[in-house]
Amino acid sequence: MSFIKICSPFDEETISSLKAGDRVLITGVIYTARDAAHKRMYDAIQLGEDLPFNLKGQVIYYVGPTPAKPGQIIGSVGPTTSERMDKYTPALLEQGLKGMIGKGYRSKEVVNSIQKNKSLYLAAIGGAGALIARTVKTVELIAYEDLGTEAIRKITVVNFPAVVINDSYGNDWYEEGAKNFNSMEQ
Amino acid sequence: MRIVNYEDIVEKVSVACQEVNFELGSDVYDSLKKSSETERSANGKYVLEQLIENADIAKEERIPMCQDTGVAVFIVELGQDCHIEGGSLYTAINEGVKRGYKEGYLRHSIIENPLTRTKSEAYNSPAVIHIELVPGDRLVMHLSAKGGGSENMSTLKMLKPSDGLKGVKDFILETVRIAGPNACPPLVVGIGIGGNFERCAYLAKKSLFRPIGHRNIVTEISFLEVELITEINQLGIGPQGMGGSTTALDVKIEMEACHIASLPVAINLNCHASRHKSIIV
Repeated sequence: MSFIKICSPFDEETISSLKAGDRVLITGVIYTARDAAHKRMYDAIQLGEDLPFNLKGQVIYYVGPTPAKPGQIIGSVGPTTSERMDKYTPALLEQGLKGMIGKGYRSKEVVNSIQKNKSLYLAAIGGAGALIARTVKTVELIAYEDLGTEAIRKITVVNFPAVVINDSYGNDWYEEGAKNFNSMEQ
Repeated sequence: MRIVNYEDIVEKVSVACQEVNFELGSDVYDSLKKSSETERSANGKYVLEQLIENADIAKEERIPMCQDTGVAVFIVELGQDCHIEGGSLYTAINEGVKRGYKEGYLRHSIIENPLTRTKSEAYNSPAVIHIELVPGDRLVMHLSAKGGGSENMSTLKMLKPSDGLKGVKDFILETVRIAGPNACPPLVVGIGIGGNFERCAYLAKKSLFRPIGHRNIVTEISFLEVELITEINQLGIGPQGMGGSTTALDVKIEMEACHIASLPVAINLNCHASRHKSIIV
């Protein structure tokens, strides 16, 4: 299995070079946010308020980690289902967000917005939270502390494994992967 | 009459909540191993190998295999000659869940109010508790740490009797197809047929407590389970929905009598971790 090493935040060259189905190892800064944090950021955008971090070029990871036990910096940290963030996503992409990591399908509106805003949606392996924790090197809680596991954390990862699902050209790996497999079988 | 102590239940539940999240059941582990050998897509094989490595890490480091450590769901077999001393069984189980999730650094994922989304004051509780009264004096608590991703893709439909077996199978395949990557395949598919509206949902849930590879004791139903495993695995969804021949690790069916007008069917999906454990007190 071959991997393409990329850095986060994502630059234009990285985004345009990647296609649906590419396996990547991400190194750099990403931000954790899931349902409740998305709702707050979305509401802030509607009200014209400042966001807790500048979204330009950044990558959001849909995750609510388990608490770190003594000696750990973070607990298990696998992806949650992305579709629950669909309602809020186009507004964040319009603000300059360039990447999202989660698992599962995105809505048509989100897929179109990913293409329009030249960004990427990637999937990490759902249920591999213990394995993924090993790629997390630093953790800093930066906003919405009252949300507990759903607070926004700025984390640094090294060689975080993911697969490009929706690329900036409108391709969708969930459609292609199953289709390719089925045609190979026939 | 056998006397069981309240604190014994609390402690055993607390330990089980941690174990079920740290250590993948041997039935599931073996099934993932076997699937990683038979999986025909390279992507699918890679995912299955990663899941096995993840289970090894979780067990060794005693950390949760998944960040969604679930809602604690219990099906309790309570012997009618068993007496619980020192407090109610419901309170004992909820205390055990709170203690186990807190002490094990598991996630608090329960909200008190589904509409306002305010968090429950009690750590990851209340649990969902079903009690079945049985003859004798035993107390056996079957625990499942049920994740939200697969639960969200579960379905229930009151089919028409004229829809028949074909209608039932079509509904099951459609549910798995729509769930796709969201429910974290390879799945364990729990199916309840018959009963009534709420009973078929309970049967679907209950079926998930049966270990992987254990077939329904009724021959015709066991044949239907095997048939569905084959048909689901021909959908091509594969591990994590990226294409492959392993979409379901197993299919479980529980069936009961129902009304002449009805054909209730519920499908409760479980992710590849299928965390379940039995506690004998």
